[in-house]
Amino acid sequence: MPSNLRVKSSEFIDETIRISFKFNGKSYHGFKGDTLASALLANDVHLVGRSFKYHRPRGIMTAGSEEPNAIVQVNDKTNRTEPNVRATEVEIYEGLEASSQNCWPNVNFDIGGINNALSAFLPAGFYYKTFMWPASFWEKYEYFIRHSAGLGKSPTEKDPDIYDHRHVHCDVLVVGAGISGILAAKNAAKNNFKTLLVDEKNELGGATIYQNREFNIIEGLSSSDWIKKEIQELKHIKNLEIKTRTSVAAYHSYNYLLARENLTDHLEKKDKQGKIRQRLLKIRAKKVILSTGALERPLIFNNNDRPGIMLSSAVNKYADFYGVVSGKKNVFFTNNDSAYESALCLHNKGIKVEAIIDIRENSDSKIVKTVENAGIAIHWSHTIVDTKGYKRLNSISVMKLSNDGLSVTGNKIDISCDCLGVAGGWTPAVHLFTQSGGKLTFNESDKVFLPNKYPSDQLSVGSCNGDFKIKEIINNLSTNLKQFLKIEKTDFDNLSIESEEENSKRNIWLLPSDKSIGKTKPFVDYQNDATAKDIKLALREGFRSIEHVKRYTTTGMGTDQGKLGNMHALGIIADTAGVKMGELGTTTFRPPYTPLTFGTIVGRNVGEYFDIFRRTPMNDWHIENKAEFENVGQWKRAWYYPVNGESMHDAVQRESKAARESAGILDASTLGKIDIQGSDASEFLNRVYTNAWSKLGIGKCRYGLMLNEDGMVYDDGVTTRLGENHYLMTTTTGGAANVLGKLEDYLQTEWPELDVYLTSVTDHYATTSICGPNSKKILNKIIPDLDLSEESFPHMSFKNAQIGNIKCRIMRISFTGEHSYEINVQANYGKAIWEKCMEAGKEFNITPYGTETMHLLRAEKGFIIVGQDTDGTMTPIDLQMDWIVSKKKYDFIGKRSLYRSDTMKEERKQLVGLLTDDPNIVLEEGAQIVSKLNESPVNMLGHVTSSYYSPNLKKSIALAVVRSGKHMMGKKLFIPMENKNINVTVANPVFFDSENKRLNA
Amino acid sequence: MFVINCPYCGERDQQEFKAGGEAHIERPKQPTELSDDEWAEYLFMRKNIKGIQFERWNHAHGCRKWFNMVRDTSNDEIKLIYKMGERPPSE
Repeated sequence: MPSNLRVKSSEFIDETIRISFKFNGKSYHGFKGDTLASALLANDVHLVGRSFKYHRPRGIMTAGSEEPNAIVQVNDKTNRTEPNVRATEVEIYEGLEASSQNCWPNVNFDIGGINNALSAFLPAGFYYKTFMWPASFWEKYEYFIRHSAGLGKSPTEKDPDIYDHRHVHCDVLVVGAGISGILAAKNAAKNNFKTLLVDEKNELGGATIYQNREFNIIEGLSSSDWIKKEIQELKHIKNLEIKTRTSVAAYHSYNYLLARENLTDHLEKKDKQGKIRQRLLKIRAKKVILSTGALERPLIFNNNDRPGIMLSSAVNKYADFYGVVSGKKNVFFTNNDSAYESALCLHNKGIKVEAIIDIRENSDSKIVKTVENAGIAIHWSHTIVDTKGYKRLNSISVMKLSNDGLSVTGNKIDISCDCLGVAGGWTPAVHLFTQSGGKLTFNESDKVFLPNKYPSDQLSVGSCNGDFKIKEIINNLSTNLKQFLKIEKTDFDNLSIESEEENSKRNIWLLPSDKSIGKTKPFVDYQNDATAKDIKLALREGFRSIEHVKRYTTTGMGTDQGKLGNMHALGIIADTAGVKMGELGTTTFRPPYTPLTFGTIVGRNVGEYFDIFRRTPMNDWHIENKAEFENVGQWKRAWYYPVNGESMHDAVQRESKAARESAGILDASTLGKIDIQGSDASEFLNRVYTNAWSKLGIGKCRYGLMLNEDGMVYDDGVTTRLGENHYLMTTTTGGAANVLGKLEDYLQTEWPELDVYLTSVTDHYATTSICGPNSKKILNKIIPDLDLSEESFPHMSFKNAQIGNIKCRIMRISFTGEHSYEINVQANYGKAIWEKCMEAGKEFNITPYGTETMHLLRAEKGFIIVGQDTDGTMTPIDLQMDWIVSKKKYDFIGKRSLYRSDTMKEERKQLVGLLTDDPNIVLEEGAQIVSKLNESPVNMLGHVTSSYYSPNLKKSIALAVVRSGKHMMGKKLFIPMENKNINVTVANPVFFDSENKRLNA
Repeated sequence: MFVINCPYCGERDQQEFKAGGEAHIERPKQPTELSDDEWAEYLFMRKNIKGIQFERWNHAHGCRKWFNMVRDTSNDEIKLIYKMGERPPSE
């Protein structure tokens, strides 16, 4: 390491701990406390990346999260790799490997650099304009664009780290631990507010802690010594929690904030293992204090993007905080006094400052006088017109500014330098304030947008509220905090403070050059390579809205969201279009403030925790018997039970045959079950189902169809009358929760007069369904004393029974068309009863079947599945289920809609059966149906909703919805597929046992 | 993410609640006597106001009770919460 770039032993850097790391494959070392950026600068590495569009060499610009250029890929080719990481935020650790992005083959020789030479042909909107036509060429263009673009590589391996979410509640949240944040948090906590203070950095104290300013004196101490004392005191305050390395990403309404707490990114690999990497804090704060500070602005001049050109405040921080000098020959370029502070900081460390270029005519502030007295040359009323040095700045050209600031005059002066600190004033970080819904106002004298109207209980303090000098920061904070927290006094009401006064500024958004604008490259958005020229072009082409200019030029659309250059973009637009900045407004600040990892967003909800699984009490049996499962809603349902390596098709064919020929058994526990009680229960069912319920006898079951108010089928199921005022309703598996919600809605809001109580009992009962010609014998073996005769226990009836000590409800209902029983028992007996049925059914070859066979069996019978054969656009009439719609009932949910002109149209899609001419061809579900081939445009009549090969009928069967299908019985239609057309005939949807003889067999 | 003051449970996070659309749309007592247009008015037509909107909300992951809310849709400020069956405020 060139040791002369470390200027002093900084108290924030531990030089006793050397850390080695690699950048672009080369080994370097830094010290504990360094960021990747400071360590690279200490090694005299400025060139860290290439720009997005022109592939220009770029260096480290800032010392914070606003960095647009120094974005790197961390730990490439490992499972922990991460793209687009700001080198200014990476704390180095032993073994860190980082590499440049957006360059090939390497950062020193990048083929894409040719784009820089071609830049005249790559103006704003180039891609929009060029690659539009012919449209068919897009696929070819896309290949090349995707290869030449690139902001890092996303990881391809599974993320080995753990992430977490945590809810946090506090009285006062303070965001940003600079001087105002620290004072605010301290006084909130001292006044018994439960306070949380967060800062994105590892160190508290913001800029105040490292800037040693002879001009800022608080209570006789330098401001940095004073803030250190304050930070020491924070540790002893109750009610105060401090979280560092915690960046607030989003500020939503009702003081709901999301923050990312970084826990292991600064640790070396062995220390990361098994720990939570990042935690998303979901913070609900009663009050929020934003002390997010301000970001220094660059200045916009020709070739203002070369490695070695940095923000003046960054040059200062690298020197004061990290003890690193960014260059040996330093020049500053400024429009205010800030650069003089940085210049003095270097000068006091014995580092040469060649010159200060100041666009102002003069300044009589104390600090300027001090710099003058130190013998540093100041070029008043001058501007930089050009810079030189491809991979590192080596000189600047300076000329005198005209009085109006629009042009330059006189001779060009060249100044040789390797680091240029640029100071263009300060932009309050109002991002979070505006995210929360706050409205800004434009301050003409400081050229800043400031918080104006607070949308929630919050306060902006310090420089994010436009206070830049310590005296005004503390004085305004004292006044505002007392009002905000409703407290009598703060412990900094009467501090003796000496600080610099607000100084003069001169603001020119786009600095002139001796060349015409068309021949210059004044970058406004460094990351996206948008120049002032591009913005002016957009305006010339007619764009007026700031939001449109942003999207057309891509200004502010990079990963840094234009934190540096957005104000200049606005200024240039305002100047060019001749409008006031306050009237122009800003683009929308959207979360996140800094990028979040996907890991943080998903937290623990990955892999098996991605969603909740619901399993039936018989689940273990299904697993032991090698069932394949399918997801139905959140349920894991047995799909089919392959035996001896059977295919799904073979298993389903075997299961289906067995169920019809002897006996089948199905786990039906997932069906939704709602217990309905109350003296108006019958009336309630009358209103929610399409058919009549008043006359259903106790102990009887009935199938019901439920509609939406628009007349479309919503759910179906069998409901059993258990007692005079007691029903058990079953719903579809997926619809259970919504049906309960809908019924509750009607009960609470439309019919509060009804005495009805609903309770979900889905999870309380396990349901075993046995079906087939031998089901009666099996049940008889299990419960010999139960009378199963047709007279005593007919189809669609229910009996209470007992199997040993286990009480059960047995319904004789059928979804397969076979004689069948559903045995409901308390859930924890579910598996025992299932096994009893299996045991009793052994001699009848009882065959467990899954949902696929259930679907096939019901399709043979033409029974619909809501959600498969219906899609929210089918009325019962469309389904040819007119028989279930009561003509007598005055009203039920959806009744009126069945008589709307639209629902009564004959040419609606209607449910029909389809038979293929070739009985071996099984149609694809979703396939389109037409009546004429080779028609253009194709007149699509409908589509196939269910399709199976029926082993019992030995042919393929399908259900479909077809326009006017009701009137097409026997008609030949076609199903055009990719390689062939399939001939089909419209048929009755009931394919099997249409007389229902088997139900009572 | 709002904080909603359920009239039965107190302040809870918005994620416990489900929005249920515009409030005070009464289901007609005699639907069969309505014309298609009148029925369509009940069935489909809902206000989408920038400003004060009367809404139904359900504490779906809590007490499951429905209630009414007056919300300013321009800034999400909840002006008032009152129970089902209670009259809406006049203004």
